[in-house]
Amino acid sequence: MSSSFSTTDLNVRNQRNERLFKLLFGLITATLILPVVIIIGTLIVKSEGTLTWAFFTEDPTNGMTEGGIFPALVGTLWLVAVALIASVPLGVAAAIYLSEYAKDNWLTRLINLAIINLAGVPSIVHALFGVGAFVLFFNFGTSILAASLTMAVMTLPVVIVSTRESLQAVPQSFREACWSMGATRWQTIWRIVLPNSISGILTGVILEVSRTVGETAPIMFTGAAFFLPFLPSSVFDQTMAMSLHLYVISTQVPHVPEGLPYGVALTLILIVMVLNSVSIAFRTYLRGKKKW
Amino acid sequence: MADRGALPDVQRRSAAWWQDKVAQGLVLIGGVSAIVLILAIFIFVAQEGLGFLLKDLDLVEFFTSPAWRPTSDEPEYGILALMAGTASVTGLAMLIAVPFSLGAAIYIGEFATGRTREVLKVLVELLAAIPSVVWGFIGLSIMNPLIIDVFDVPVGLSVLNAGVILGLMAAPIMTTIAEDALKAVPDGYREAAEALGATRWQVIFKVVLPSAKNGLVAAILLGVGRGFGETMAVLMATGHSVNIPTSPFDSVRAMTATIAAELGETAQGSPHYQVLFSIGIMLFLVTFVINMAADVFVRGGFKLKGKRK
Repeated sequence: MSSSFSTTDLNVRNQRNERLFKLLFGLITATLILPVVIIIGTLIVKSEGTLTWAFFTEDPTNGMTEGGIFPALVGTLWLVAVALIASVPLGVAAAIYLSEYAKDNWLTRLINLAIINLAGVPSIVHALFGVGAFVLFFNFGTSILAASLTMAVMTLPVVIVSTRESLQAVPQSFREACWSMGATRWQTIWRIVLPNSISGILTGVILEVSRTVGETAPIMFTGAAFFLPFLPSSVFDQTMAMSLHLYVISTQVPHVPEGLPYGVALTLILIVMVLNSVSIAFRTYLRGKKKW
Repeated sequence: MADRGALPDVQRRSAAWWQDKVAQGLVLIGGVSAIVLILAIFIFVAQEGLGFLLKDLDLVEFFTSPAWRPTSDEPEYGILALMAGTASVTGLAMLIAVPFSLGAAIYIGEFATGRTREVLKVLVELLAAIPSVVWGFIGLSIMNPLIIDVFDVPVGLSVLNAGVILGLMAAPIMTTIAEDALKAVPDGYREAAEALGATRWQVIFKVVLPSAKNGLVAAILLGVGRGFGETMAVLMATGHSVNIPTSPFDSVRAMTATIAAELGETAQGSPHYQVLFSIGIMLFLVTFVINMAADVFVRGGFKLKGKRK
């Protein structure tokens, strides 16, 4: 009878199995992450000496086989800025509608389906849309405006989804308290809901920036150029962009020294990683700070 | 009272009421814009390609001929080889991504705790953020020589290369969605199973995975959609030669990559230009169906699961 509370052989075997499973699944997870660590390590090693100050401030020279990436860097900034101006107001409005006004009806259901599909359409189809709509139909030509609008459409779901989440994280009691003081829906949204969710909205915008920086296919035919010896001066100019520049110098241009594309790839990864880390850190900090 | 107009004060619309109505109208425009945009994408892509697809194109040849010679004197527009390219790369990618992403989701959701879990989730999120053109470059300059060395083959840009790259790309997103699905299984289910003496293995495989089934299927479907629609990485890592692959070391060409590589060289309105848009219509419709199916699974699944944490 004394043995009834001690471990049986079955218990021992189960415990051993559990450790085994944990190890197995841990290894699977590590296998997923490890190649990326190796890849980033390789990028750092191979681009050694490329990432100098001059790399970021000089024009590409000698058929893009020498020099820096300054125009591509500036071009990417233009593209991101114009895309944000177009997509953030629209996305935030859509999120406010879905979170604060929408009833559970067919229209809401349709909007949600549309958002899912906007996010799921291949980037090259967005590119075709950009060509058909912005370049040809609206006659913007191949320009920053056309490229940015194409990317704005593509990244709209990112803004909508993240904004809707941060709006819905504001407790319902905040709204009810405000309504009971006689405030209208809009007054409640403007004075209570938005101020309480603005930082959450910002993390979503940072994610959108990160996404926009890396996109290549949607801008290839709508406004990004292989090589331009000057900087854009308005939204109707074409521009170089970091992501397309990486594609061009690694596939289209002969005799590029090895370090150059590695440098551009590393720069892109670093920009994206820093933006995402900031967004994640911001989100974690906010979650910790919230008292509700 | 009577000299203040026909309505008593309380029935008059205040400025705030009107402001509210205007604001509601404006945000409604934002909401409806999503529907307008998805319709516009279809209409604009179809407008450039549908006429050609229906009138001038021999649909049987289009889908069954492996000959893609759009620039020759007697152009041939057969996308069988392109479809085979897309299918082989996406298939291999899923072969890699499905076990790894589900395994990682199980580890993160069921085994890892506290700080480890948070760190892993952040890492997976960072992996998902790497741009596709960078993945393509990795395929081109790191994977390519590696495959040539390891397997002793003449070309390293192949189904294998693009499949591995695409698998690594799709896995983080699938992990995140699958982990969400596991998290949606109420803890009460796990506790009930454990109280009956189930081991961790039994809890996961007999209780958690079956009740998260729909969400997991959705994760896989969205991964397939991602692989199917991926452009830059596939363009750079497949070798981009029209070919029905017979081994993983064959170079292929994907539908998305064909559009990306050729649209810049075609004259607007030419048959070649229109046929590329026709491929675009197909891509749109297939991803549309995949996304709809995933959505059905997500909804069907989350309904049964009771309260989310």
